[in-house]
Amino acid sequence: MKPILERLKNDEVFVSDGAIGTLLLERGLNEGEPPEAFNISHPEIIEEIAHLYLEAGADIIQTNTFGASPLKLSHYSLQDRTEEINRKAVQCVRNAVKDSVYISASCGPTNRLLKPYGDIDPEDIYEAFERQIRAQIEAGVDIVCIETMTDLKETILAVKAAKTVSTKIPVIATMTFENTKRGFYTIMGTNIEKAVEGLELAGADIIGSNCGNGIEIMIKIAKFFKKYTNLPVIIQSNAGIPEVHYGKITYPDTPDFMAEKAKELIASGVSIIGGCCGTTPEHIKAIRKLVDSLMFTI
Amino acid sequence: MDILNKISEYLQDGNIEMVSELTKQAIKEKIPPKEILDNGLIDGMNVIGEKFKIHEIFIPDVLLAAKSMYAGMNELKPLLIKAGIPAIGKIVIGTIQGDLHDIGKNLVAIMLKGAGFEVIDLGNNVPPEKFIETAKRENADVIGMSALLTTTMTAMKKVIDLLKEQGLSNKIKVIIGGAPTSEEFARQIGADAYCYDAASAVESVKVLIANKFKR
Repeated sequence: MKPILERLKNDEVFVSDGAIGTLLLERGLNEGEPPEAFNISHPEIIEEIAHLYLEAGADIIQTNTFGASPLKLSHYSLQDRTEEINRKAVQCVRNAVKDSVYISASCGPTNRLLKPYGDIDPEDIYEAFERQIRAQIEAGVDIVCIETMTDLKETILAVKAAKTVSTKIPVIATMTFENTKRGFYTIMGTNIEKAVEGLELAGADIIGSNCGNGIEIMIKIAKFFKKYTNLPVIIQSNAGIPEVHYGKITYPDTPDFMAEKAKELIASGVSIIGGCCGTTPEHIKAIRKLVDSLMFTI
Repeated sequence: MDILNKISEYLQDGNIEMVSELTKQAIKEKIPPKEILDNGLIDGMNVIGEKFKIHEIFIPDVLLAAKSMYAGMNELKPLLIKAGIPAIGKIVIGTIQGDLHDIGKNLVAIMLKGAGFEVIDLGNNVPPEKFIETAKRENADVIGMSALLTTTMTAMKKVIDLLKEQGLSNKIKVIIGGAPTSEEFARQIGADAYCYDAASAVESVKVLIANKFKR
């Protein structure tokens, strides 16, 4: 497969996958159990989900490793199995997709706060990401994806850790913004301009936003990213803001709605479009169809 | 500038050492501890809460201000206890079972402490029974629950049901919050208040406790 960065230079548009968590819950993951443990306990289910997104038409499939940092796994006393969990997660997706699409290794925040406002040293955050990402890269991922970040310092540490492990593997870095009256900010106070500046300096190859917002707000966020950066931009939005009806949680944005809005993302110059919380293979299928129709007319 | 104003301003800047030093100095100057608390520390936290609400400052600023407040409180607490000045209310707080997210809950705890409440923080992944046991033992006025995951928020109802079963609904009030929760959800599960953010949690708790003593 041609490296994704080369293809991005030719203005190709890619579709990435959707949420994993809900699909895992439907397949027997208990509430409060770490989804990452399924990589070793139920590899067949992880393969099945990767296959569902492959069939839906995703060009990029993510690994089930969002919380597979030793700092997060330690909540379940699984930190000593960091390498095993990350390696197995990559192998499951590889088994399902072979070499037909790109495999992107998900890395979420450590949920620890850096000093002085928190209690952890930057070295410890860096080390945790390096350990997780090394296992992923050694297992053969094509891309590393650092996502749902809110602290720019932590994100930069993660990007640098990825780049230390390998200079060749492209790094995606995406942050989660709140739509405030004073503009878009992460909860830690980073705006889009500062995010772009920091992520570019750290060496990220593809930058953008995921989670926190539905696709309509993401169109605005994408436009800011395009204003400040020449790097390829990725957007992975939620299927809207979750609604609760008598204890049942639903996400309002339908596959057709997301596909319709994805058109505006592409028009704004976004290179990779995928889903976050609440999105399903159906959403990805609809976005795939839209992207194909646009590419065909061009 | 008056020393209490200075305490408030250094607290807003997150200057832990200066807040600690000035609190000691204020005590030495024989300013009543309650006054140092209200017009120094709590005053500073009020400003922080307001600025945080309108996104003028963010979580790191709040956390540093809180650390400064705790530094000041460390100096004041023995004096407040000696003077027999009680906290204005007691809250048991935690993130619900199955959920490990605690940044939001920590902010609420900080704001409540900053407003003068006594807060018992049970941390994250708290089983429903533990909320009840602690609230009973500590004679708390309010239980505060947080969830970030749509998969865990439904467990909040268990706490409210348990309170009803044990006939404690009138004695212990329940506030809930967290990204996936809403006013509607709070009503459905029978919570006494929904808190959109940390600042509104303080308002809700004040109202709930005031109503409690009215009866």
